[in-house]
Amino acid sequence: MYQTTYHRASSVDEAASLFAKGKEAKYLAGGHTLIPVMKQRLAAPSDVIDLARIKELVGIEASADTLTIKAATAHSDVATSDAVKKAIPALAHLASQIGDPAVRYRGTIGGSLANNDPAADYPAAVLATGATIKTNKRSIAADDFFKGLFTTALEDGEIITAVLFPVTAKAGYAKFPHPASRFALTGVFVARTKSGDVRVAATGASQNGVMRVAALEQALKANWSAAAIDGVNISANGLLNDIHGSSDYRANLIKVMAQRAVVAAG
Amino acid sequence: MGVEGIGARVVRKEDKRFITGKGRYVDDVKLTGMTHAHFIRSPHAHAKVKSIDPSAALKMPGVVAVLNGKQLVDDKVGNLICGWAITSKDGSPMKMGAWPAMAPETVRFVGQAVAVVIAESKNLARDAAEAVVVDYEELPAVADIRAAIKPGAPQLHPEAPGNVVYDWAIGDENAVKDAFSKAANVVKMELTNNRLVPNAMEPRAAIADYDAAEEHFTLYTTSQNPHVARLVLSAFYNIAPEHKLRVIAPDVGGGFGSKIFIYPEEMVALWASKKVGRPVKWTGDRTEAFLTDAHGRDHVSTAEMAFDKDNKILGLRVKTYANFGAYMSLFSSSVPTYLYATLLSGQYIIPAIYAEVMGVYTNTTPVDAYRGAGRPEASYLLERLMETAARQLKVDPTELRRKNFITQFPHQTPVIMAYDTGDFVASLDAAMKAIDYAGFAGRKAKAKAEGKLRGIGVSCYIEACGIAPSKAVGSLGAGVGLWESAEVRVNPVGTIEILTGSHSHGQGHETTFCQLVAERLGVPISQVSIVHGDTDKVQFGMGTYGSRSAAVGLTAILKAMEKMEAKARKIAAHALEASEADIVIENGEFKVTGTDKAIALPMVALAAYTAHNLPEGMEPGLKESAFYDPTNFTFPAGAYICELEVDPGTGKTTFVNFVAVDDFGRMINPMIVEGQVHGGLAQGIGQALLEHAVYDGSGQPVTASFMDYTMPRADDLPSFKIDHTTTLCPGNPLGIKGCGEAGAIGASAAVINAITDAIGNNRLEMPATPDRVWHAIHGQAA
Repeated sequence: MYQTTYHRASSVDEAASLFAKGKEAKYLAGGHTLIPVMKQRLAAPSDVIDLARIKELVGIEASADTLTIKAATAHSDVATSDAVKKAIPALAHLASQIGDPAVRYRGTIGGSLANNDPAADYPAAVLATGATIKTNKRSIAADDFFKGLFTTALEDGEIITAVLFPVTAKAGYAKFPHPASRFALTGVFVARTKSGDVRVAATGASQNGVMRVAALEQALKANWSAAAIDGVNISANGLLNDIHGSSDYRANLIKVMAQRAVVAAG
Repeated sequence: MGVEGIGARVVRKEDKRFITGKGRYVDDVKLTGMTHAHFIRSPHAHAKVKSIDPSAALKMPGVVAVLNGKQLVDDKVGNLICGWAITSKDGSPMKMGAWPAMAPETVRFVGQAVAVVIAESKNLARDAAEAVVVDYEELPAVADIRAAIKPGAPQLHPEAPGNVVYDWAIGDENAVKDAFSKAANVVKMELTNNRLVPNAMEPRAAIADYDAAEEHFTLYTTSQNPHVARLVLSAFYNIAPEHKLRVIAPDVGGGFGSKIFIYPEEMVALWASKKVGRPVKWTGDRTEAFLTDAHGRDHVSTAEMAFDKDNKILGLRVKTYANFGAYMSLFSSSVPTYLYATLLSGQYIIPAIYAEVMGVYTNTTPVDAYRGAGRPEASYLLERLMETAARQLKVDPTELRRKNFITQFPHQTPVIMAYDTGDFVASLDAAMKAIDYAGFAGRKAKAKAEGKLRGIGVSCYIEACGIAPSKAVGSLGAGVGLWESAEVRVNPVGTIEILTGSHSHGQGHETTFCQLVAERLGVPISQVSIVHGDTDKVQFGMGTYGSRSAAVGLTAILKAMEKMEAKARKIAAHALEASEADIVIENGEFKVTGTDKAIALPMVALAAYTAHNLPEGMEPGLKESAFYDPTNFTFPAGAYICELEVDPGTGKTTFVNFVAVDDFGRMINPMIVEGQVHGGLAQGIGQALLEHAVYDGSGQPVTASFMDYTMPRADDLPSFKIDHTTTLCPGNPLGIKGCGEAGAIGASAAVINAITDAIGNNRLEMPATPDRVWHAIHGQAA
């Protein structure tokens, strides 16, 4: 690791101002991507600004229509939250499947979304539920937020403060873990909104990161059942192809995981 | 046997320090004035090193020196050796290219060191390494065995035209030809044995300390065999004579073979310590482990078996290409030859065998012995062939095996090995009973109704370990003898130290070796210490690998114990005024049989050291040593049966049951034996389902971290059902066979046989990833 200056911010405003002062500053949330990359000397931030201790960034709130998860809330807190389990149980399930217990105690939803790893779990839930990402500057719709591998709509220095999930009528998440990393080799989140709209998002599969799967959305909108997906053809074009999953295998997984997610959603 | 004697499930003495974080590993050693080394490694699989410019690095804070491969040559440091000479079928010796510890001219695999920075701290060394400018001229590279032997392939070493190290054969080609001409059925298949990275928990490390006044070196290193390290460093590398080099291998966190070998980093640390006049420490990180620890396996084979009309085996023909990587590592040459092809008879009567092995250079990390070393490759090939034959011949795979089992011992195979004893029927019977083989068809049908594909797979392995008779291995080309030595020191107060040339790096010797002493003398194991891993303390030793520590190392201790006991009896008889023949040893006492006269061991020891009243002419002291050279290999064998389910939607395999029935002869500590079997099975299953060291076409490693290289984890593995059958090894007095590698040797075929049974497609290679299995279900090879 190269030398860096560590800052522990106590408010979002302080964090943003520290970031502005830094030459090449980086925010630190759970640190599960940034710290290993720094240890490998692949990142050399001048300043590391820790967001994890900012009180206003931690917590879960639920209303009848919206589940709000603040950005520095740990995966384990989402996985075990009664409010989440009541509002969108699939989201609690998703959080319980991220990494291992050590990862879940440190990793945060905001960190995961800002990093936008193409195989991370949370982007699938955010995109499929049509959630809104709230930052210290604005609100961004999920459909506008994810911009490809490790790329988001966030501007330099912008901080995610919370994610607002519309409470779904039905939702399910099924993930096939990457054998080595245990990220999603392919994970599919299916959601039916209270108005009857259906959204499906797949993570781990595409060369461009998390994506919506229109063919599955149409099929499920017509008939919310696993059987409705049987005849859907998922193209392998544009899907990742590596030693753990060829693109045609991933195309199959999108379908199979979607079916299992629908079954889980009930 | 007593509560701590042979056969007792004694809790491991060494675990107190390991599980409380008090183990003392090489990286825990800190010497005054110590500097830190960081190696600059090639990012290219094949390149000329045109220049190395250290000038900017030398100006950086804390930098002591930047040293390179040309300086090694100037100082006449020897190239790395391969210690087992193999002769090709045409009579020519194997063809080896030079392997300098740091490349002066050409790099041949990603990760090969070209220079080293010595600095005041590890981080400063790393910082400075980034400022060293190395100018490479990239050369075409080849990583795949088949591609490497094609005409026009990039050439690695001028000494080895066509990248061929040797083209070796064993067995009777004509007899095999004859067998196939008479065959009623022939079964043929192609098999790949996937390349693995050993991944010991503790990465390799070395600290070298040169004492200029004494012209003496001390090397702390992560070694399975410190004496062999000293021997090789002295005899071949021109670094220090043996009496001026002390090698210490303290606690070592796993080896699996990868820490047998003497690596460039240890050589460079020693040489650099003298050059900079200060101790030099190097601790590898995980990336360096992936790139530079000797890898394992990596074979491509074709195998054919001929059967008569009664399904008796007539002959076996095997052609194997073995990938050696870019250089010949210390024992690499022996692995796909004498540790592989000699096991191709398996548990079966095979009248004729002919195996050809071509050793091939590629631009990849060197390959050498890894848990099982050759024997897993042989067992996998043969057991997949047997299962495939049963399917082709439409007979039950267990029946086909039974029909061909060797049942009379000793049995001379056509490929050198003379099996001394075994009972293959007994272990297969026990395994079939444990897994309820008879009830499988019903379970398969039930699983099918639930949408799951269920399969069962058998693997009946035999291996040769407890290596090895020195004369025999010498005649086959080995550069060393494979005996072991021991010393028993009874201290004047009656405590006992056992000095052994075996080296424990997870095997539990500190417990099992004490159990032999407890068995013989009836003293508690707390009175006994095992001393190992230091060439200044232990007389000599060949170290630990090839499941040899109990069969060979412990037998050496037994021989030393017998000598010590004989002397102690004389002292006791003299003190008790009894006949030596009447002395028995019980509960730490020397007793006159049939009387209540006794003298305790501490009093005998004290008498030996005070020497006030010893038998006439007896030397004082109570300390004996012995060397033991085994008379034969030992032959552990067993039957593994695996039952599993495949999810047809994803190709994911889930274990239902895994039964391992092994015959290890006498077991000293069954609990430790079970632990060894568990670990071996995990690595065998890891090879079958998960692990694969992959290179791309240009020789770049694709799996150089745990993000891509799938190490087996607890949730990948079933809860094993382990049992034993026993035939005592007649080759050593304790009847021990060795248990360290069996799991890794037998497991992988059982897993693949079960998956191919489940999915009804035999075309499946390791690792059977969900992707590959899914493709195989859908009739395509992935």
